[in-house]
Amino acid sequence: MIKTEEKTTASPAITEMTPIWFRIKRMQKETHDTFTLDLEPPNGGFSFAPGQFNMLYMFGVGEVPISISGDTSQRNVLIHTIRAVGSVTKAMQRLKKGDHVGVRGPFGTHWPAEESAGNDIVIVAGGIGLAPLRPSIYHILAHREKYGRIVLLYGARTPKDILFRKELEGWRSRFDMEVFVTVDRAHTDWKGNVGVVTTLIPRSHFEPTNTVAMVCGPEIMMRFTVQDLHKRGIPFENIYMSMERNMKCGIGFCGHCQYGPSFICKDGPVYPYPAIKELFAKREI
Amino acid sequence: MMETLEPILIEHPFLKGLDPKHIQLITGCASNIRFDAGQIIFREGEEADQFYIIRQGKVALQIYTPTHGSIIIDTLTDQDVLGWSWLIPPYQWRFDAVAIELTRAIALDGKCLRTKCEADHDLGYELLKRFSSIVDERLESTRIRLLDVYDKD
Amino acid sequence: MNSIEKERPAAGIIDRSQIDALLAILQKRGYSVIGPRVHEGAITYKSITSSADLPIGWKEEQRAGSYRLTKRNDETLFGFNTTPQSWKQFLHPPVSKLWQSEKNGQRYTEIPRSDKPVKYAFFGVRPCDLAAISILDTVFLKGPYTDTNYRSQRNSAFTVVVNCNQAGGTCFCASMNTGPRASGQFDLALTEILQARRHYFLVEIGSAAGAEIIKDVPHGTATEADLTAADNAVNNARDRMGRSVDTSDLQSLLYRNTDNKRWAETAKRCMTCTNCTMVCPTCFCTTIEDVTDLTGKQAERLRKWDSCFTMEFSYIHGGSIRSSVIARYRQWLTHKFAYWQDQFGTYGCVGCGRCITWCPVGIDVTEEIQCIRKYEQTNQSTISSKENR
Repeated sequence: MIKTEEKTTASPAITEMTPIWFRIKRMQKETHDTFTLDLEPPNGGFSFAPGQFNMLYMFGVGEVPISISGDTSQRNVLIHTIRAVGSVTKAMQRLKKGDHVGVRGPFGTHWPAEESAGNDIVIVAGGIGLAPLRPSIYHILAHREKYGRIVLLYGARTPKDILFRKELEGWRSRFDMEVFVTVDRAHTDWKGNVGVVTTLIPRSHFEPTNTVAMVCGPEIMMRFTVQDLHKRGIPFENIYMSMERNMKCGIGFCGHCQYGPSFICKDGPVYPYPAIKELFAKREI
Repeated sequence: MMETLEPILIEHPFLKGLDPKHIQLITGCASNIRFDAGQIIFREGEEADQFYIIRQGKVALQIYTPTHGSIIIDTLTDQDVLGWSWLIPPYQWRFDAVAIELTRAIALDGKCLRTKCEADHDLGYELLKRFSSIVDERLESTRIRLLDVYDKD
Repeated sequence: MNSIEKERPAAGIIDRSQIDALLAILQKRGYSVIGPRVHEGAITYKSITSSADLPIGWKEEQRAGSYRLTKRNDETLFGFNTTPQSWKQFLHPPVSKLWQSEKNGQRYTEIPRSDKPVKYAFFGVRPCDLAAISILDTVFLKGPYTDTNYRSQRNSAFTVVVNCNQAGGTCFCASMNTGPRASGQFDLALTEILQARRHYFLVEIGSAAGAEIIKDVPHGTATEADLTAADNAVNNARDRMGRSVDTSDLQSLLYRNTDNKRWAETAKRCMTCTNCTMVCPTCFCTTIEDVTDLTGKQAERLRKWDSCFTMEFSYIHGGSIRSSVIARYRQWLTHKFAYWQDQFGTYGCVGCGRCITWCPVGIDVTEEIQCIRKYEQTNQSTISSKENR
């Protein structure tokens, strides 16, 4: 049972800095270092827009910003796909069904999934970048008739790092969507593509001037992807990316996530490329 | 009736813009070829006499490692050009190439083309321009993967 | 030069001897009065109870990288300028506990806070520092989220401004339009006037709360002569600013000079000691620390002052985005004078000069800006043989 005491009127805490406890309904291992938590919202449902993130807190260990990777239409479960890279996420990897995670959010700007109705859609994901894009894919597929061509390009390190494999196979087997997957390198039992994710762009089918692209992955991968998408004819203002910086509070007070004048926690993490084009070209910003 | 490959070769981006007489020269060196799934196209160390334009299928470029077996470091598919070691001394393949699935390609006699390029430098320059562009693309793809961006740090 | 364009607040005069009455009333009304005091070789803001606690007859000599207290040859109460620390330490404390929680199995309970906001009276707020408080208000109260701790502390604070009669060696409030006379929101503002036979203060009322407090202090009406005397005192400061900054096109200047050679030169001197961010009255960056006790059953979340000069500040995925000193110094200056405009609609700097005084190597932001301008004009960038773009 979770109980949050009524806050004293004497000195209220910064309520946005206080986590709300969500119970883990399911803990699913995705790959050797990535896992998905299905969380149960304690008060009714949880609403968010695709691309937003929560600050997830592990009692006594710490807090990290993690993108929401579930379906925006399913309010009774909050899903996060997490890669174990630091002390907090490694500790979270040991969580089990029935444990609790503190949640603050949702924060940040969102993918223009709904706003792109009427366009062709190209989604380019690298590594764990597929997780923040998944809510966008869900939304688009749930309203398939509103969109033109849909292309998903996904690059992973090796075949064993591929996320959401079953889902990817399901999407690939649809007749109304193009899905191309590539890895950086593989053993010979892999019958798919090997090469950087941008090599998939020439073979996808979309009308560039009427396409909205959503890109998420390591910054280097996004840098090359944006250029190659633009080379193919997609206007810069139709290309969206998700940026990442060190984050402590998630609500624009700690100052850590500043990217030029922009606070990635509230002005981002999703940006249309022109908004950050100047910054992106600079180093150590 | 022998099917001429000229109409197919003219369509290919690799040969686009070439002088008709050069296209004829190249067509003269071209033949259809087919690889079954799993068939080895060439092996590291073998003499590089040919190159291929993949019409349909998938080819893996592999390198053999003693402790991890063969690692696929690139895959090529429809419309991709496979192989340029025939152009560069000592004209030897540096990797293995294996068809992952049934693959149809046009094989071009590199040895023959080499001789023709030596005689006709215009042809040589045109081919080198096109190969430089391909090498550039592959190098970029390789360099980005060298960064191992999906690694934890 | 008379710079009073807007309507003057209601004013009166109180004799120097009535300062004690003013302090007494504030304390009677339950305020914890904080004011300047000589302490360990500097004038700092501490608890005060009477005018005897004030730095009577003291002034400081501030230079780049240097601060010295010296005696004046008079008995002015406010004959100094800025303190090592600003009022930020009270409104936005260096360490604060955000919450505390207990875990019993799968049961989590929040432990209610036992501390209350302190009802402060800030006695002796310099105009630059008043502007800084207003800037912090914008950061913490005017965005999409509100810092409720800051708000409750801020709402209960009473401000007594003291306008400046002299300018410090590193002051440049005139360039930043924040002083030497206060133009923001205050409860009371004092201007000290010391003449041959009179020592008194012009008192201006800035709020109903201010009026309520001053009405019980014996006071007189301010005459034209009093107003003029006050103006002269303030203009004396304005004309003797230790530093100045040309702010024309400043935001754009910094945006287009990321590769200016000056950054590399200054980076050789900067030790990234973070002094500037600690003494700056508007630097607000913090870090969050989640701690637990040995049993793992009690957890606390603390918020602590942080600085963009550290490597940890921009650490992500195994490395720091701003790892060179060039990048970190540039970030701080550019934030203060360029990004802040985009974020909050003003400059982040109020011209108090503390960063110049307290930098151990004496880096001077006014000089930095001047050099960046100069180097741009002579095309000096770190990208050699290329135009500054």
